[in-house]
Amino acid sequence: MSAEPKIVLDTDVKRRSTGSTGERSPRRAGVVPAAGHADLDPRALRADFPLLSSDRPGGRVVYLDSAASAQHPRSVLDAMDRYYETTHANVHRGVYAIAEEATRLYESARVAVGRFVGAPRPATEIVFTKNVTEAINLVAYSWARHELGAGDVVVLTEIEHHANLVPWLMLAQDRGVELRYLRLGADYQLDVSDIDRLVDGAKLVALTCASNVLGTVVDLAPVVAAAKRAGALVLADGAQLVPHRPVDVAALGVDFFGFTGHKMLGPTGIGVLWAREEILEVMPPFLGGGEMIRDVRLDGFTPNELPWKFEAGTPPIAEAVGLGAAVDYLSAVGLERVHAHESALTAYALDRLASEHGDDVTVFGPAADPVRRSGVISFAVRDVHPHDVAQVLDTRGICVRAGHHCAKPLMRCLGVPATTRASLYLYNDEEDVDELVDALRDVRRLFG
Amino acid sequence: MAGLEDLYREIILDHYRSPRNRGELPIPPAHRVEGFNPLCGDEIVVYLDVEDGVVSDLKISGQGCSISQSSASMMSAAAKGRTVAEVRTLVRSFKSMMSIHESQLGTDGDGEEGEDDDGSDDLLDPSSLGELAALAGVVKFPVRIKCATLSWNTLSQGLDEVESAES
Repeated sequence: MSAEPKIVLDTDVKRRSTGSTGERSPRRAGVVPAAGHADLDPRALRADFPLLSSDRPGGRVVYLDSAASAQHPRSVLDAMDRYYETTHANVHRGVYAIAEEATRLYESARVAVGRFVGAPRPATEIVFTKNVTEAINLVAYSWARHELGAGDVVVLTEIEHHANLVPWLMLAQDRGVELRYLRLGADYQLDVSDIDRLVDGAKLVALTCASNVLGTVVDLAPVVAAAKRAGALVLADGAQLVPHRPVDVAALGVDFFGFTGHKMLGPTGIGVLWAREEILEVMPPFLGGGEMIRDVRLDGFTPNELPWKFEAGTPPIAEAVGLGAAVDYLSAVGLERVHAHESALTAYALDRLASEHGDDVTVFGPAADPVRRSGVISFAVRDVHPHDVAQVLDTRGICVRAGHHCAKPLMRCLGVPATTRASLYLYNDEEDVDELVDALRDVRRLFG
Repeated sequence: MAGLEDLYREIILDHYRSPRNRGELPIPPAHRVEGFNPLCGDEIVVYLDVEDGVVSDLKISGQGCSISQSSASMMSAAAKGRTVAEVRTLVRSFKSMMSIHESQLGTDGDGEEGEDDDGSDDLLDPSSLGELAALAGVVKFPVRIKCATLSWNTLSQGLDEVESAES
């Protein structure tokens, strides 16, 4: 079976030009879709995703929860099956052929994933973790507990996922580190007007690249520049960005960068930490055990080389293979095209929600914008709790998330206990959005 | 597959739209206890006046989904004016209604539901629970059971706190 996605050249421009959605705004350098690329055809892509197939047992689902976890193309599932059926053995151990091959597959996945995000030295700078949460905890435990002490400052933002809050709150508790916060400003963007004062004296700025609640895509440049001026390192949480846009960690100018496999068509159980080699070199190990050592004596140990120093125990081998296949799939589709598709579809969704539901549906997030907004759409239906909204949508096979999205401080900032969130990805189309918009009429009818 | 009508019975929507005993009570003499559902961010605050072993007044505030709010509203109506012992029986009976079905569905009980059930042979039959029986349909939606039981667990905690304060 071919691992190539079914890319259908959609030359019928008229079919897509529904109102303003076909319009393309100018894009910032680095995220401009290459000229001449045809639009992707989400319906054709869906044929690659077994769970999204219309003959799925239980019926077709309208999957609008990719910000929580994305679905998998057949090529990812096949790569993992093939690995287990033909090549499984523990890595970095055996001298027999399949063990060598398993090691080769694992390490080549590392390089592929590193290249995918522009890591200058993927073979040494890409550390596989369990998820982005573990990637951030690795930095908090290894780097921060080694480098920071009482009175040192870490700057965060109030829009962070708990994964990029709680490790630092724990550090503050343990070590007396001071936490400061960038606040939410106009149009759901971070307020960076006072950034220099905020980062003054800071050792680390840790922030998300894109909000998992608001759909805000953070403009990292002014934050990174201010951090550099202040001599602080920058950790960026790329979990909500890497699946959706081309990312180049070197160009971003950050020092630590984390993301997770299952939001980018890969399996659960694998995440990634990238950090500059010179930083990783001086960081102490995180978890202790096999694999992360070069030598162990009864009175001590010598840590292994990068990146294995940070990978204690048998790693997620099949998951790495699956993530490698996911990266291949996304690269073949083209992230510029994924981005362009999602931007147009987001504009369409925001437009339809506003025109069909007016003031009865409030969206918590920036206006449509190909640079500053992603396809994460959080909203409230007047007088209906998000839990009830999601329940009614479920009866029509529509999968959305209701809750606080692991961002309770942001919920308090928005003044709501929870939101309903629909999130778009490469396999969603206008029909999915229409289903959502129509079903929200049922919601209003039932609770109105 | 369970339909929406199993969940959103008219009586439930009525309690959601017009919640009974909504508000606060002065503390003291009232006792105030909070409950949270971390899954959906729901918060319930129960204000409890207990005089001579009787729940003389009870108010509910906080915010939540239709199931948690209507369950709290029905609970307040059912509990007000009853003795603490009667209210405890009511709590056990309600939670039993919510958990028996859960185990029948083969879902993984989290150990919290039904923890008060041990040796309680005085449970009320669901048919004698009045309006509360309307919430029985919630068990077909396992993720919503916690919504329905939130206020009951909170009330139960409140009764414990009142009793331990008195002893």
